[in-house]
Amino acid sequence: MEQHAIESTFLFGRLTLEKLPLHVPIVLGTFIVVAIIGLAILVAITYFKLWGYLWREWLTSVDHKRIGIMYMILGLIMFLRGFADAVMMRLQQVWAFNGSEGYLPAEHYDQIFTAHGTIMIFFVAMPFVTGLMNFVVPLQIGARDVSFPFLNNFSFWMTVGGAILVMISLFVGEFARTGWLAFPPLSGVVASPDEGVDYYIWGLQVAGIGTTLSGINLVVTILKMRCPGMILMRMPVFTWTALCTNVLIVATFPVLTATLVLLSLDRYLGMNFFTNELGGNPMLYINLIWIWGHPEVYILVLPCFGIYSEVVSTFCGKRLFGYNSMVYATICITILSYLVWLHHFFTMGSGASVNSFFGIATMIISIPTGAKIFNWLFTMYKGRIRYELPMMWSLAFMLTFVIGGMTGVMLAVPPADFIVHNSLFLVAHFHNVIIGGVVYGIFAGINYWWPKAFGFRMNQFWGYVSFWCWVVGFWLAFMPLYVMGLMGVTRRLRVFDDPSLQIWFVIAGLGAAVIAVGILALILQILTSIRDREKLRDLTGDPWDGRTLEWATSSPPPAYNFAFTPVVHEIDAWQDMKEHGYKRPLTGFKPIHMPKNTGAGIILAGISVALGFALVWHIWWLAALSFPAIIATVIWHSFDYERDFYIPETTITETEEARTKALSNAV
Amino acid sequence: MSTEHLADPHDDHHAGEVHFPEGTRRDYVTGFVLSVILTVIPFGLVMSGGFASAQATAFAVLGCAVIQMVVHMIFFLHMNPRAEGGWTLMSLAFTLIMLTIAVVGTIWVMYHMDANMMPGMMPPPGVDATMP
Amino acid sequence: MSAEILTEPTGERLYHPAEEPHFPEGHSTPLGFWIYLMSDCLIFAILFATYGVLGHRYGGGPGPKELFELPLVALNTTMLLISSITYGFAMLHMHQGDQKGTLRWLGITACFGLAFLCIELYEFTHLIGIGAGPGRSAFLSAFFTLVGTHGLHVTFGLIWLAVMVVQVRKFGLTIANQRRLNCLSLFWHFLDVIWIGVFTFVYLMGMI
Repeated sequence: MEQHAIESTFLFGRLTLEKLPLHVPIVLGTFIVVAIIGLAILVAITYFKLWGYLWREWLTSVDHKRIGIMYMILGLIMFLRGFADAVMMRLQQVWAFNGSEGYLPAEHYDQIFTAHGTIMIFFVAMPFVTGLMNFVVPLQIGARDVSFPFLNNFSFWMTVGGAILVMISLFVGEFARTGWLAFPPLSGVVASPDEGVDYYIWGLQVAGIGTTLSGINLVVTILKMRCPGMILMRMPVFTWTALCTNVLIVATFPVLTATLVLLSLDRYLGMNFFTNELGGNPMLYINLIWIWGHPEVYILVLPCFGIYSEVVSTFCGKRLFGYNSMVYATICITILSYLVWLHHFFTMGSGASVNSFFGIATMIISIPTGAKIFNWLFTMYKGRIRYELPMMWSLAFMLTFVIGGMTGVMLAVPPADFIVHNSLFLVAHFHNVIIGGVVYGIFAGINYWWPKAFGFRMNQFWGYVSFWCWVVGFWLAFMPLYVMGLMGVTRRLRVFDDPSLQIWFVIAGLGAAVIAVGILALILQILTSIRDREKLRDLTGDPWDGRTLEWATSSPPPAYNFAFTPVVHEIDAWQDMKEHGYKRPLTGFKPIHMPKNTGAGIILAGISVALGFALVWHIWWLAALSFPAIIATVIWHSFDYERDFYIPETTITETEEARTKALSNAV
Repeated sequence: MSTEHLADPHDDHHAGEVHFPEGTRRDYVTGFVLSVILTVIPFGLVMSGGFASAQATAFAVLGCAVIQMVVHMIFFLHMNPRAEGGWTLMSLAFTLIMLTIAVVGTIWVMYHMDANMMPGMMPPPGVDATMP
Repeated sequence: MSAEILTEPTGERLYHPAEEPHFPEGHSTPLGFWIYLMSDCLIFAILFATYGVLGHRYGGGPGPKELFELPLVALNTTMLLISSITYGFAMLHMHQGDQKGTLRWLGITACFGLAFLCIELYEFTHLIGIGAGPGRSAFLSAFFTLVGTHGLHVTFGLIWLAVMVVQVRKFGLTIANQRRLNCLSLFWHFLDVIWIGVFTFVYLMGMI
């Protein structure tokens, strides 16, 4: 195949000064703002002499709780970026009527919708979900850490590395203009010869390695590290959903990795997997990427189902209705999610037999999902419901998600799909399930476990403001999209000819503005909570009258989680302990075996970012240096045989005595 | 899921020991001899021209491959249903299901796509076609 | 230890075990490494599926019958198979605590692995030399990627093996090193299983 000749120098590869967006005012302005904020943070850290603390206690930490919190911070930062993209798109679509081109040129607009999708899935939803699992799962199973603590740290930094590569593309060169799954031939080297798709590929590959390893880690943790008595059918539902999600991660992220490798071989080495020449088949890419892509949405939503289960059962003060059916429904969804990928491309032309198989399989998935909804409803039935924020989010989820699920079943009917395929109806549907299912779940989870992570509750007022803005804003923003989708408006359009559509986009834009207030309120909620932390302090470690083991320890939990490993007799282990008058042992502490912190993870991820950057810009000398450097660092790390230490008895006694004192103050 | 997997996670190993399944010399030698045989048969079959029907040859070759994979799993990878409380075998079974779905599904989907969308370019059955 | 044992005769429930459960270092490694192999297995599954779809799209170029030389593949298979049993012997010596024997057999394994790689590289350069490189057709792209990915795994296996030889020499057959050798054993034999798939589906089926 003819490669398009792009100028390249030895030192900087394809990177030239013109690649910096000095001539694009929007990007330049963003860059200046980001640079100032970044600089301010760096100066502040230096001024308060926090580098050592950050490095020792956080960046190199192998503590699953700290890594979980860092994942949440990553998710939150990327959420702001992804949402900024969304607002820009909404504004453009409100603007570009009656002959106006709007304010975004086509090549910029295309990057924005690609970046929005990529960031929201890979660097917002995934870190949030992984962060919650990381923080909560070991506590819920009564373990002191995950199975492979170093790997956990490494996985986190690889996810950050991917995010950094995607963020660099904002200021150095361009991002992909292909849509969030980068379908060839558009993403092939002929149609997209520049660096955009390469940023996409390497950002996802670096982050994908982290996700796969973290999946393996959590699966093994749940299978091997449960405390005595916690048989599988006594695990909290969140842990069950985390297990299924991580099994799906291990089973599907390799597919994404392999598919992106094939695409990069097409782009870099002139191979012909997905080209239109010499036997290549672009449709194969679409088939392969959706084998990963469909399970991915279940990877995101299953842990959220787990969060709702925990929240509903806690705030109704009852054991979850139908624990067993909940578990089996989760397992069913895990397997079925692997059997439905073709419903994303019914229109590609595989014919009636194939389409009907995948259409029916898709509809079958709604059965276990529906069973779950009924389980939550029956748990609420005759329960004493406390309308705290986590419960409010769960209620909003149930109402919203059911609608999204129904439109999903509509899309699962192939003839109906032929009509609304690639339309705004589809966009409305998946935002309906992802916001209603995943985002609400994450917010429920943050509000629910925040007191556990930090030892004080979240501010209620701003929480409610955020909640109502989100719920109202969501309906305003996405119902017009359903309407327009049924009228045949396709997605990803930049300008419109039909002036009658404008009012719908204005309503959707208003919805986005209301959501923006919701996000602002969320940030205010976090800030005011931290400001008023002494007032909101929870000394009991169990502010919600929780039912599972994470509430048995202090808030925030000590590094070793539990001074003595708990023994489980019932499904809701902590509830059972409370009912049987459990007394916390006050003496007899023994040294606890814990893993040591290590900087290898962050170093490896840093070199991986350099490698990714080198490959994006064809800076071969840097690639030739950084790849062996990664291998050398792994080998160097493997020579470190002493990776653990004992927390001395005195430290544990001190920590536990402080807790005893706090508990007596709390009563 | 059998009830075996619902049992206590710590039943199967005693504290302080890390278990990798171990093989004996007999295992390795048996495995080696079997896999030599199972490699020689398909190679010999194909290199000598095979059976009269290409299909029969293909099935024989595939059969040998499947058996040889099992041989390797048992004698070299020392798979057994008890290791790690059954989780290694369980994860293998799950992987095989996922693998089958992905491979068979892909070939099925793409075959129908080719048949419907570009029927002129399908290879006629049993004949190697070159793209025009 | 079942739940019943942890209940005192009086019927009162015990909420902490008499003896803390101890998780020795690396207790999760056998299962963790196995699950990693399973995920790797799925990468190969996608490459096999790709080969299955694209394997007959020659793009007007040469097909398997013009390109593959079975005697060479048979030789290559022999190398890998022998390296498998030699690794097995290394493991047997390791179980007996015989460091010298372990190192000797690891060295022999490395030689056969290296021979495998050299033969594969020879095959690749030969194909590229006659104009049947990976860019020639979808079939050849799929072929080079599938076989090359296996070769890349063997390469990493060899690097790992070299590191293990150094570590065993330096630190002896410690528990940690035994664990690592066990992981490498799984990796090495796993690559055999993949190779069975490669020579069957790619080479033999292509020649029928």
